[in-house]
Amino acid sequence: MNKIIEARFIGPDVKLFRIEAPKIAEKRKAGQFVIIRVNDTGERLPLTIADSDTSAGTITIIVQGIGASTKMLNTLNAGDYIHDVVGPLGKASHIENFGTAVSIGGGVGTAIAFPTAKALKEAGNHVISIIGGRSKEFVILEEEMKQVADEVYPTTDDGSYGYHGFVTQKLEELLKSGRKIDFVLAIGPIPMMAAVAKTTQPYNIQTVVSLNPVMVDGTGMCGGCRAYVDNKPVFVCVDGPEFDAHKVDFKILMQRNKMYLPQEKESIEHFNHVCNYDKMYDAEAKKTNHEVTHG
Amino acid sequence: MADLTTKERYKIERHSMPEQDALARSRNFEEVNLGYTFEIAMEEAERCIRCKNPVCVAGCPVAVKIPDFIKMIAEGKFEEAASILKEDNALPAVCGRVCPQEEQCEAVCVVGKKGRPVAIGYLERFAADWERNNVKIIEPKIPAKTGKKVAVVGGGPAGLSCAGDLIQLGHEVTVFEALHEIGGVLIYGIPEFRLPKEIVKAEVESLSKLGVNFVTNYVIGLTETIEELKARFDAIFIGVGAGLPYFLNIPGEQLNGVYSANEFLTRVNLMKAYDFPNNPTPMLDVVGKTVAVFGGGNTAMDAVRTSLRLGAERAIICYRRTEQEMPARVEEIHHAKEEGVEFKLLVAPLEFIGDEDGWLRKVKLQQMELGEPDSSGRRRPVPIDGAIETIDITAAIIAIGNGSNPIISQTTPELIVNKWGNIIVNEGNMKTNMMGVFAGGDIVTGGATVILAMGAGRTAAKAIDDFLKNPESW
Ligand SMILES: Cc1cc2nc3c(=O)[nH]c(=O)nc-3n(C[C@H](O)[C@H](O)[C@H](O)COP(=O)(O)OP(=O)(O)OC[C@H]3O[C@@H](n4cnc5c(N)ncnc54)[C@H](O)[C@@H]3O)c2cc1C
Ligand code: SF4
Ligand code: FES
Repeated sequence: MNKIIEARFIGPDVKLFRIEAPKIAEKRKAGQFVIIRVNDTGERLPLTIADSDTSAGTITIIVQGIGASTKMLNTLNAGDYIHDVVGPLGKASHIENFGTAVSIGGGVGTAIAFPTAKALKEAGNHVISIIGGRSKEFVILEEEMKQVADEVYPTTDDGSYGYHGFVTQKLEELLKSGRKIDFVLAIGPIPMMAAVAKTTQPYNIQTVVSLNPVMVDGTGMCGGCRAYVDNKPVFVCVDGPEFDAHKVDFKILMQRNKMYLPQEKESIEHFNHVCNYDKMYDAEAKKTNHEVTHG
Repeated sequence: MADLTTKERYKIERHSMPEQDALARSRNFEEVNLGYTFEIAMEEAERCIRCKNPVCVAGCPVAVKIPDFIKMIAEGKFEEAASILKEDNALPAVCGRVCPQEEQCEAVCVVGKKGRPVAIGYLERFAADWERNNVKIIEPKIPAKTGKKVAVVGGGPAGLSCAGDLIQLGHEVTVFEALHEIGGVLIYGIPEFRLPKEIVKAEVESLSKLGVNFVTNYVIGLTETIEELKARFDAIFIGVGAGLPYFLNIPGEQLNGVYSANEFLTRVNLMKAYDFPNNPTPMLDVVGKTVAVFGGGNTAMDAVRTSLRLGAERAIICYRRTEQEMPARVEEIHHAKEEGVEFKLLVAPLEFIGDEDGWLRKVKLQQMELGEPDSSGRRRPVPIDGAIETIDITAAIIAIGNGSNPIISQTTPELIVNKWGNIIVNEGNMKTNMMGVFAGGDIVTGGATVILAMGAGRTAAKAIDDFLKNPESW
C-alpha cells in the first residue's frame, strides 16, 4: 500500500500523483517505470516515473485516463492509497553529453520525456524541448520543462497555443534552419514517434523512443511486451523501454497495442456502469440520511 | 483391517481418484480431483506392504518417509501422517497434487512390479488436506532466536521451503517477491483446477505465522541489489525461478493472438482474466474458437485445458515428438484427453499466418517422423518432405520452456552464471561464488519441478545454517 501525497489534474483527464515510495525514489533513474495496481483486483499498469524526491521519499507519475484502470486511478486523491507499486523497472536512459539534444513529448508523453530531458541537461547538453498537444489544454508540464530546458517550444495541432502544427514540423523547421542537433528523444503516441524517426533519419541523428507496449509482470517473465527492433524480438520491460527509433518496427507496435481494444471498450462500459451505480447508491444513501434526520 | 498378510495387501486394487465429470469440469475452473475420502484413503494405505528397505523413499527427491506416513493413514492417524510428511516436505498438499509421482516414488514402488503402485501421491494429498481442513490451530514451536538475518529472493517453492526451514532454525527470514503475490509458479502458472490457490495461500499464511516476513512488489536487482542486501543480511538465498519464456522464432510470432504460456497463464491465474470485466485484466476472446498449444510439458497441458475452460471450441496440443516423450505428468495428459483436448503429435509449427490487421488466423504445421536417436537417446523428429498442413486458429500458446531471467545476473556482475544464465552453485550446499550467497530451484537447474526446487531450498537452508554458525567455514 502506497499513500498518495498529492494529486491534481494538469490537463484534460491527465492527473499528476505524488506517491510515497521511498525505496523506488532512491533508486530510480530517468527512463525507468513502475507498475501499479489500483486495488486488489487491479490490472498491472506500467507508468513512467516522471520525477522523484528522495528527501520526501516520493515518486511522481502522470496518468492519462484512457482505459478503465487509468480512469479508476484518476478518481483517487491525496490521502488515498494505491494497492501495489513496484519498481523501478526497465533500463535507465542512456545519458551522455551529446551536444544539442532535442526532447520531444506528445501529449502525456511529455511526462515521460521530462525526466530524461532533465538528465540530459544535467549531463551538460543544450536541451531543446518541443511539447506537443492537440490544443492548448493538452500541452502539459511547460513550466517544469522551462526549468530544465534551454529552449521550450509548445506546439498545438489546432494552433490554439504556441507553434501551429505537429511536433515533427517544428523539428523539421529547426533542422532546416541549419541548427546542429546531435540527439533526439521522442515520446508520445506511436504515429508521432514513427514520424519523428522518419524526420531525423535523413539527417542521421541518433534518435531514441520510449515504447509503451501492453505489459503484465514487467520483469521479463511473460513476453507480452515484446516489440521488434532491428527485426528481432525484444522484451520492452527488461531490454527497454528506450530503443533506437530508426530500428523500431512501429507497425507491429501499433498492431500489438490494439490487441485488447474490444475488451478496453467493454471494460470502460463496465467501469461507467459501476461508477453510475455508485453515484446512484450515494444519492440513495443521502436521500435516506436526509429522511432519517428530518423525519 | 489391522493385520493383513502381504498377499492380502497385494490383492487390493489401486483406488482411483474421485474426480469431477470430464465434460462439466472442462468448462469450470474448480479442482478436477476431488480427493480420497478417509475410507478410501485408509483402504489404499493398506496396499503398502511396508518394505524393510523402502525403495520409494530413495525415489523421492526429498526422501519423505513414505511407508511411515502411509501406515499412519492405515491406522486412521491422519494428523500424525501429516506431521511425518512435513518433516521432509514443507508443502505436501502441493506436492501431492503436482509431483510427477509416476517418475519418482511410484515408479519404483515394489507393489507396482506386479500390479499398480501404491497411490503415494493421492495419499500424500489426503493427509495434507485433512490436516489443513481439520487441524485448525497448529501450535508452532517457537525456536530460540539466533539473531541472524537471511534474505530469501523469490517466493516460489524453492524460496518458501528455504524460508520455512530457516525460520524453524531460529533465524530471522525476509522473503522478497517481485510480483504482488507469493507462490511463484504455484500462483501464476499452475491453474486453479489443478492446484487451488487457497492451498498455496494457507501454506504462505502458516509460514507467516511462524514469523517469516514477506515483502511483495520488490524486485531484487532493481528495487535493491544483491550487493545492498549483503550489507543488511547475514546470508542470501536466490530462488528466482526460470521465468524468461522462449519463443519458437518462426515467422508470424508478432501477430495478435500469439502468447507465451507464461503470459496466457498469468493473465488467467494471477490476474483472473477469466472473470473479465469484474477483473479488469483482459484476455483474447477464444469462445467458440480454436486454440493451438505448442509443447508437451505440464505447462502446455495447463494452457490447453485452460483454453477449454475459457470457452474454446477446439483446443489442440501440437507436439514435435510422440506421447511417450511428453514430459507432462501422465495424469495431466489423461485428464486433457478426457476433457476433449485434441493431440496432434509429430508436428512442428513452421509459420503463423495473420490477416492484414495483424490478427492470427492460421498456423502451418510440418509433419514429422522419428529418425535416429539423438545425444539424449531419444529418437529425433525429422520433417517428412512435403507433408505440410495448415489449420485455422485464433490463439497460439507457446509452451516450450523458459530461459533464465536476466535481472539478477545483469545487476550482480560478480555472480557467476553459465552461458544460459543459470547460477552456478556447489550442488552439495547450494553455495554460489559470492560469500554468503546461495541459490537453488529453476534458476540453477533451468525449468524443473516443484519438488526439486523445494529440495534445493532445503539443502540451502541447512548449508546457510552451518554458514551462519561458522562464517569462517565458507
Ligand atoms: C504452468 C506450469 C506448470 C507446471 N507444472 C508442474 C507440475 O505439475 N509439477 C512440477 O513438479 N512442476 C511443475 N512446473 C515446474 C515448477 O513449477 C517449477 O519447477 C518450480 O516452481 C520452480 O520453483 P522456483 O522456486 O525455483 O521458482 P518459481 O516458482 O519460478 O518462483 C520464483 C519466484 O521468484 C520471483 N522473482 C523472480 N525474479 C525476482 C527478483 N529479481 N526479485 C524478487 N523476486 C523475483 C518470481 O516472481 C517468482 O515468484 C510447472 C511450471 C509451469 C510454468
Ligand atoms: S515401495 Fe511401495 S510398498 Fe514399499 S514402502 Fe514404498 S509405497 Fe509401500
Ligand atoms: S511485461 Fe512480461 S515480459 Fe515484459
